[in-house]
Amino acid sequence: MESKTPISIWFFVGLTLVVNGALILGAAFNEFVTPVPVASRVVLYELHAGLWWGALLLVCGVAYCYRFRPWKRG
Amino acid sequence: MPAVLLPTPHLVHLAPVDWAIILFYFGLVLVIGFYLKGRANTSEDFFLAGREMTAWVAGLSFLSANLGSLELMGWAAAAYQYGILATHWYWIGAIPAMLFLGLVMMPFYYISKTHSVPGYLKLRFGEPARALSSVCFAVMTVLMSGINMYSMALVMKVVLGWDIHFSIWVSSLTVAIYVALGGLRSAIFNEVLQFVLIWTGALLIPILGLVETGGFAGLKARITTNASSEYVHLWGTLGSFSDNPMGIHWTGIVLGLGWVISFGYWTTDFLVVQRVLAAKDIRSAKLAPIIGSAFKMFVPFIVILPGLLALAVLPMKLTGEAAAVASGGHSYNEVLPLMLARYFGPGLLGLGITALIAGFMSGMAGNVSAFATVWTYDIYGARIHKNASDRQRVIMGRWCTILGVLISIATAYLVMQFLSIMDYVQALFSFFIAPLFGTVLLGMLWKRATPAAGFWGLLAGTASSVGMWLWVKINPAALRYVALSPHARDMAENMYRALWSWIVCVLVTVIVSMVTQPKPLAELAGLVYGATPIPSDKHVPLLQRPAFWACAVSAVFVVLNILFW
Repeated sequence: MESKTPISIWFFVGLTLVVNGALILGAAFNEFVTPVPVASRVVLYELHAGLWWGALLLVCGVAYCYRFRPWKRG
Repeated sequence: MPAVLLPTPHLVHLAPVDWAIILFYFGLVLVIGFYLKGRANTSEDFFLAGREMTAWVAGLSFLSANLGSLELMGWAAAAYQYGILATHWYWIGAIPAMLFLGLVMMPFYYISKTHSVPGYLKLRFGEPARALSSVCFAVMTVLMSGINMYSMALVMKVVLGWDIHFSIWVSSLTVAIYVALGGLRSAIFNEVLQFVLIWTGALLIPILGLVETGGFAGLKARITTNASSEYVHLWGTLGSFSDNPMGIHWTGIVLGLGWVISFGYWTTDFLVVQRVLAAKDIRSAKLAPIIGSAFKMFVPFIVILPGLLALAVLPMKLTGEAAAVASGGHSYNEVLPLMLARYFGPGLLGLGITALIAGFMSGMAGNVSAFATVWTYDIYGARIHKNASDRQRVIMGRWCTILGVLISIATAYLVMQFLSIMDYVQALFSFFIAPLFGTVLLGMLWKRATPAAGFWGLLAGTASSVGMWLWVKINPAALRYVALSPHARDMAENMYRALWSWIVCVLVTVIVSMVTQPKPLAELAGLVYGATPIPSDKHVPLLQRPAFWACAVSAVFVVLNILFW
C-alpha cells in the first residue's frame, strides 16, 4: 500500500540535481550541435564539459529521487 | 554617492538557461520553507529542529553553515595572494578542532540539553557568564552577517552587473522567509541542499584547471615561474617570518591558528555548534562533526586550488581592491568568478553563480538562526520575559529571524558608506572567540572551575584582546611584542593576539577558581568531565563508532600535510 511519509532532504537534493543536470545537458547539447564562434568560446571548449557534467548530475539526481521518493510503498 | 553604487562593466553575461537555474534554486528554497512551516510549532522544533537530524544531515549542515560566500571567495583570493599556505585554515585550522568537538565536547553540550553555548555557560558558571557571552555573540553575529551580505552584493555587482540593492534585498529576504517559516529545520535542509550545489557548481573548476595545467606537477611548475616556489609549500617555508608570503612563523600557525582560533571557532561558536545540537542522539551528535571534518579536508580542492590555478593560468595580475578600482583591473576577490568565466559555458555558469549565492545564503541562514536562538533563550527568556510560554518563544524566534536579517541589511548599508567598519567588526569577533574557548574548555574539563572564575576569566581574556589590538593600532611598533616579530603581518598578529588572550583567560580562571568557592559536585552532573556518565560506544560495531572515523580522518590529515609539506 502507498504511504505518505515526510519528504526527505535527499529527495530535494535529487530534484535539484535532475533539474540542473537536464538544463546544463540541454544547453551543452545545443552548443555541441551549433558551435559558438571561436572568439566567444571558453577555455577547453573542445572538452564539452557541460555535456558530461550535466549527464552526471542528471543520473545522480534520478537515482536520488528514486531512492528517496516520498510516494514509496510502505 | 558611495563608489560601490556607481555602474561598472561586468565580467560575465548570463544566458536564459543560467537564469533558469538561479530562479529554480530560489523557488526551491522557498518551497522547502513553506513545506516545513507545519513542522516548526514548538520551540524544540523551531530552534533545535526537533533534535531528530541524522549524523549525515547534521554534519553536512555543520560544514555548510561555515561555507559562506566570504569563505569561498575570500579563501580563493587568499590562495592567490599567499599560495598553498591558505590551506592551513582548512586543515590544521579546522580538522583537529572538529574531531575534538565530536569526541570530547559534544557529549557535554548534548547531555546538558542546552539550547545554546551561552546556555551551557549559564548551567556551568551562572548568569553573569551567560549574559556576557550572549550579548557579545548576538551583536557580533548580525554584524558579521551584514558584512557577508555586503561582500556578496559587491561581487555580484562586479561579476554580473547586478544592482547592489537588488542583491542585498532579494537574497536576504529569501533567507528571512525560509528560516522564519521553518526554523532551524528549514535552515538545515537548505544548508544540505546548498552544500550539494556548492560542490557541484565549483568542483569542475579544479578538474578543468588541472587538465589545462597538465596535472599538479604542471601547476607547481607554472606557479614557480609566475610567482615563486614559496607558494607551493605548506610547512617548508614557515621556519622564519620573512621566508613565506604570509609573514608568519610555524608557532603562530600551530598555537595561534591550530589551537586557539580553530578550537575557539569550531567548538564554541554557536553558529556551527547549533547544527550538531539538532542531532537525533548522542552518537549522531559525536559523528556529525567528524563527518563534517572529512568533507572539510577536501574543501581546499574547490577553494584553494582555484586560487592556485588562477596564479598559474590567468594572463592578468590581480591586485588589492583599492589598486583594482584605481587601475580598472581585477582584484584578488574576483579569483573564483574569473575562473568560472574562464571555463564555464551556458548552464554551467548558472550553476557556478548559484553555488556562490548558495554559499552566501547558507552562511546568512546560519547567522540569523543562531542569533534568533541566543536572543530568544539567553536574552529575552533570561532577562526580559522569564516566564515566556513555548508558543511565545516560537513567535519571538520568528520575529527575531526577521529582525536579525533587517539589522544585517542595515549593517551592509553602513559598511557601504564606511568601509573601515568591516575591519573593526571582524576584529571585534576575534576578541571574543579565543577567550570563550578557554572558559568553555575549563568549564567542561575541570571540576574546580568556579562560577566567578568563569565570568572573570572570560572578561579578562576579552579585555586583554581588545587592549592588545588598541596597543598596536596606537603604536604599530608594539607589533614586535604582540606578534613576536616586527615582520609579522595582519594574519600573524591575529594568531598571536588570540593566543595571548586565551592564556590570560585561562590564567585568570585558574587563579580566581583557587580563591573562590566551587559548585557542589552534584550540580556539575551532565556538565563536567568526571561528574558526567558518558554513554559508551563499545556495544556498537567498529564501523559505526565515532572514534574509529576520527582515527581515519586523522590519518588522512597527517598524510595530506606530509604530501604537501
